[in-house]
Amino acid sequence: MTTSLKEDRIPRLVIMAVASLGVAIMLFILYSLVRDSIPILAHVTLSDLLLGIHWYPTYDPPEFGMLPLLVGSLSVTFAASLLSLPVSLALAVFLSEVCPATLREILKPVIEILGFFPSVVLGFIGMVVIAPWMVTNFDIITGLNLLNASVLMGIMIIPIVTSLAEDSLNSVPRDIRDASFALGATRIETVLRSVIPAALPGLMTAALLGVMRAIGETMVVLMAAGGAAIIPRSLMDPVRPLTSAIAAEMGETPFRSDHYYALFFAGLLLLLLTLALNMTALWIESRGKRWRS
Amino acid sequence: MKRFGVFFAVSALLFGMFAGSAMAGQIQVNGSTTVLPIAQAAAEAYMEAHPDVNISISGGGSGNGIKAIIDGTTDIANASRFIKQSEVEAAVKNGSYPVPFAVAVDAIIPVVHPSNPVKDLSIDQLRDIYMGKITNWKEVGGPDKKIAAVTRDTSSGTFEVWEEKVMNKEKIMPAAQVVASNGAMVQSVAGNPAAVGYIGIGYLDKSTKALLVNGIEGTSKNALNGSFPVSRYLYMFTKGWPTGEVMDFMNFILSDAGQKIVAESGFVSLR
Repeated sequence: MTTSLKEDRIPRLVIMAVASLGVAIMLFILYSLVRDSIPILAHVTLSDLLLGIHWYPTYDPPEFGMLPLLVGSLSVTFAASLLSLPVSLALAVFLSEVCPATLREILKPVIEILGFFPSVVLGFIGMVVIAPWMVTNFDIITGLNLLNASVLMGIMIIPIVTSLAEDSLNSVPRDIRDASFALGATRIETVLRSVIPAALPGLMTAALLGVMRAIGETMVVLMAAGGAAIIPRSLMDPVRPLTSAIAAEMGETPFRSDHYYALFFAGLLLLLLTLALNMTALWIESRGKRWRS
Repeated sequence: MKRFGVFFAVSALLFGMFAGSAMAGQIQVNGSTTVLPIAQAAAEAYMEAHPDVNISISGGGSGNGIKAIIDGTTDIANASRFIKQSEVEAAVKNGSYPVPFAVAVDAIIPVVHPSNPVKDLSIDQLRDIYMGKITNWKEVGGPDKKIAAVTRDTSSGTFEVWEEKVMNKEKIMPAAQVVASNGAMVQSVAGNPAAVGYIGIGYLDKSTKALLVNGIEGTSKNALNGSFPVSRYLYMFTKGWPTGEVMDFMNFILSDAGQKIVAESGFVSLR
């Protein structure tokens, strides 16, 4: 008995060590992100950073107003979610409740593979196909804009949200559907009144994970959003989200300059945004557990 | 796409670091993506003549290249701008002394869509377009169409030349589109009849139309004799005065054969 306990201890220690190494690395990343973003606050006030509307980081004197970048990130994410979430939820309901089993066996892997589609390829499509098409068909001055990036990003998150939402619909117990049918409900009534409410926390978590993916996405917005640091007034205006500003500017920034620290601060902002969404998702999940029990 | 090339070069560098670190005759080259084609072509030719030397090249931008010189992690840094005072100080503090070599001249050419009838813009007109004072092509002799000004990232070397030679201390309007590379600039101007942009002379092809500046054509000859107003030198910085293989490689780039490679890569050779 004692020997087997001893033998159990070794793998446990190994697993603990590996797991705490992972946590330590994450904490170190967080620490270096904070360490390199704090110095900018010595030169620029927090309100100038967050509410300033001029992003001229390399001029003399430089201006580090991140509001256009923040609005850029949020507007692309919002528009992409608006376009893709209804589609993905409808697709998930179709797959889990309506679709015949044979078709589902084909569709599900196809959608999951689409989730691995490299974002650089989508960005390239936006640049060489969608942008010229938009310029020739609408009266606009540039095809690289908010709408272009949102459509591509929507396409990118549909598979993620669909697959997660479908899983949570599937995990609704068979009994609930049977009870609903037994009470004389039609199929659409069962789906709308029984299955979706039961799966709601899971569906919302799926949607939030999709939104998080969209906020952090870099390549698509770098290539297709147009990159102008302005607060967009229409869907056809170019925008410059935080992620594309970091990706495009970090490589040419003098090490430990104010601009460098400002870009780290932008990274910290992104982290806080995704953290807030993650917390919301966790909260919804815990609420969901309480509802069910 | 230029970006693919960068990723490829970075992975090639990583591979080189693990596979070839034990080999003698290892040269690390890092820095500007503008100078990358020169360094790549020159390295290929050099390695063919000297099979024992292994040159690994990556392009992370001028700032990253010079940072690598400061940290001592590279032998040669490519830069499309001269080193900044703060960077020299940081390097000297770390005990490395960057030595500049001018290796080529790059001309930045304003380009428009091939269907645009405008042929010639003055520096002042270009500046007003990028400041947002001129917003319609008819103000500069073109059709009645809004101008879509496309610029480069404010930290790119190409942008710095444009800012210095064209903008003359004025700020580029925030509404100008920003793209991240010369290749992306060609793509966006070629795909938009209302666009105006600017690219390194090596990226000129049939998909965009080059404009004259102040009536002067952006040719190699005009860039070298200084009459074309938007041109600059390209540099390679070495970590201290070069010795051994690094010196040999620098001599090769500055030789006639090396300068022929510069011209073939689409830049202006020094002779």
